[in-house]
Amino acid sequence: MTLEGLAVQNVRVPGRDGAWDLLCADGRIVELVPGDPAATFPQARRLDGRGLLLLPGLTDAHTHLREPGQEWKEDIATGLAAAAGGGFSNIMCMANTDPVNDNASVTRFMLRRAAESWPNGPRLFPIGALTVGLAGRELAPMGELLDAGCVAFSNDGQPVADTEIFRRALEYAADLALVIDHCEDPFMAPGSGANEGAMSARLGLRGQPDAAEAIQVARDILLAEYLDVPVHLAHISCRRSVELIADAKKRGARVTAETCPHYLLMTDTALFGYDTMAKVSPPLRSDDDRLALIEALHTGVIDILATDHAPHAAHEKETPFEAAKNGISGLDTALASLWELVRQERLSAEDIVTRFAWRPAEIFRLPVNRFAPGDPADFVLFDPEESWVVTPETMRSKSKNTPLLGQSLTGRVMLTVVGGVIVHDLGPSAGI
Amino acid sequence: MNWPHKDLLDVSQLSREDVEVVMRTAASFQEINARPVKKVPTLKGKSVVLFFAEPSTRTKTSFDIAGKRLSADTFGLAKTGSSLQKGETLKDTVLTLQAMNPDAIVIRHSASGAADFVSRRVSCAVINAGDGWHAHPTQALLDLFTLREVWGDHFAGKTVVILGDIAHSRVARSNCRLLPMLGVNVRLCAPRTLLPKDAGALGVDVYNELAPALRGADAVMCLRLQLERQEAGLLPDLREYARRFGLTADRLREASPDVKVLHPGPINRGVEIASDLADAGNSLILDQVSSGVAVRMAILYLHITRKEKGATL
Repeated sequence: MTLEGLAVQNVRVPGRDGAWDLLCADGRIVELVPGDPAATFPQARRLDGRGLLLLPGLTDAHTHLREPGQEWKEDIATGLAAAAGGGFSNIMCMANTDPVNDNASVTRFMLRRAAESWPNGPRLFPIGALTVGLAGRELAPMGELLDAGCVAFSNDGQPVADTEIFRRALEYAADLALVIDHCEDPFMAPGSGANEGAMSARLGLRGQPDAAEAIQVARDILLAEYLDVPVHLAHISCRRSVELIADAKKRGARVTAETCPHYLLMTDTALFGYDTMAKVSPPLRSDDDRLALIEALHTGVIDILATDHAPHAAHEKETPFEAAKNGISGLDTALASLWELVRQERLSAEDIVTRFAWRPAEIFRLPVNRFAPGDPADFVLFDPEESWVVTPETMRSKSKNTPLLGQSLTGRVMLTVVGGVIVHDLGPSAGI
Repeated sequence: MNWPHKDLLDVSQLSREDVEVVMRTAASFQEINARPVKKVPTLKGKSVVLFFAEPSTRTKTSFDIAGKRLSADTFGLAKTGSSLQKGETLKDTVLTLQAMNPDAIVIRHSASGAADFVSRRVSCAVINAGDGWHAHPTQALLDLFTLREVWGDHFAGKTVVILGDIAHSRVARSNCRLLPMLGVNVRLCAPRTLLPKDAGALGVDVYNELAPALRGADAVMCLRLQLERQEAGLLPDLREYARRFGLTADRLREASPDVKVLHPGPINRGVEIASDLADAGNSLILDQVSSGVAVRMAILYLHITRKEKGATL
């Protein structure tokens, strides 16, 4: 398929002054040049950027797309639709499907479903199971999974309790692909969805201590250093973990880490009234934790942002707190909700680009657009001034489980382009 | 009196004045309970569902008697033998109950927040008869009523010790909210494993040893110790618990000479409270049971008649 050229005129670029024009052809970047209102780009379809912000397409290293097996929550088509609407060009999906993605046939099925529903992207990159059936007993056939298209391995959702097995998994995977670990002590109130603290004491909820995460972070760091292998730490939620990671990086440990928008924007006070939409694993922590995570993301102690997109059907959240499923549907709103932190000048637009686009693609070796000639034409037009209300209708994810429902956000993804093809459009493609 | 609350979820929603109204109303019903014919037609034609999704004998019986003495029709619904056991969700169960148009649903459930959850989905009054570890408002109100019968209005400056398994106790949490409203100093006493990690967030004093907690106390509320706590590794065994935290007449000598002893029941004699102490003259344990009926009559009355003009006793 030959793609027409695409020229986006009059956009702003984080970290650069003035207006810019972007020219793409054949799905790749041709050049990003200072804006020229008189330029006509005769070979290209021209879009009016209207002074919107031009961002590279985002990479989400942590999603749950639920297919195969839990299609009442989400499927690959709706998950990728939400990704397109949220400004993502690359999506990594976790292995806790039914059946588990622990063999090539499941991986190939996922990739086929993605190709059928969104042939032009967002691109899907499955994460293979680290152990067979995620049971934590036997290593999954990681070579087979890698050859089928998996880009990392993880037991996310059911972290490996047995440290000997986890050690061997890290060693075995080291020559294949990166291991992503969900750090949660398997015995300390696992999955309670409530931080142990003043809020859980008052609400009478079983609280999970932040130490339950940090203990496993410490384990993983020690193993990574001892074995001289890499490990990636998923959805870090607390200051104790940040401090351990910072020290490990100073020593040169091969550790990378992620956190999620909800840990930067919310605290356990959101549980007031037993709001099951705010029930997530790891749980929302204290404001001190939140501020530590923002700082760590800015300095790079935490390498990347990821959504941990965890869709659940309405009836799975419309229960008393302890019976509700853990998770937030995040793809639709991640970028828009994070912009609050840019407005507060706690993070810069460049931080968002680095942590949500460039660095995750680098860590997992995925296609990435740094706006250099030849890079994939993956980009987003973002309107930082546009105010909108999150409703079930604005969400493309099949599941609407987010504490942001009904809230007003300022900042919106207006256009998403993957490989030179428009996959999401709230207006800018009308052209000039 | 126009009672301002649709539901009773916890005492934290009540003003000091609301508490007074409950106490006065309960006192007038206490008088009915002493009559030879213990029944008034106040709630005739009203229906009250007693939805107990967790085992309970005394609270359910207490609500049942309270409703019947006011001539309401009461309908018991337990988890066993109900559709909850067949996997029906709580939402569907309460919507089904709501469709039968009861005037009040009294709910006991093992999940914290369950009463709140139900109250958001039904238009009738919802009375929380205990939700998980969160709240047990009628227990706290009946404890208060029991102490009032002894102390009158003199609550300010009194010291009440709540002793035992605070971490898993809805009774403790509700009392931590109610008693300070009347100027009572509340002390929690338990081994650290039976306290919430941030027990200070409950806004009261916390002790990990019994003797200093009891010093000068005007009342001690013992809580029931569940055997599961030992299995969960929260304490070595019941004998060791009794040795360190069991309330005995000897230990109670640290307290005020007029100290009163309360227990929400059921009692583990010889564990959290010495057997002789439970039967002693300063024990209010059976008074709590009588108060419970009067307080629950008041709660049912206030919530069911609140919209009816000119409703009187």
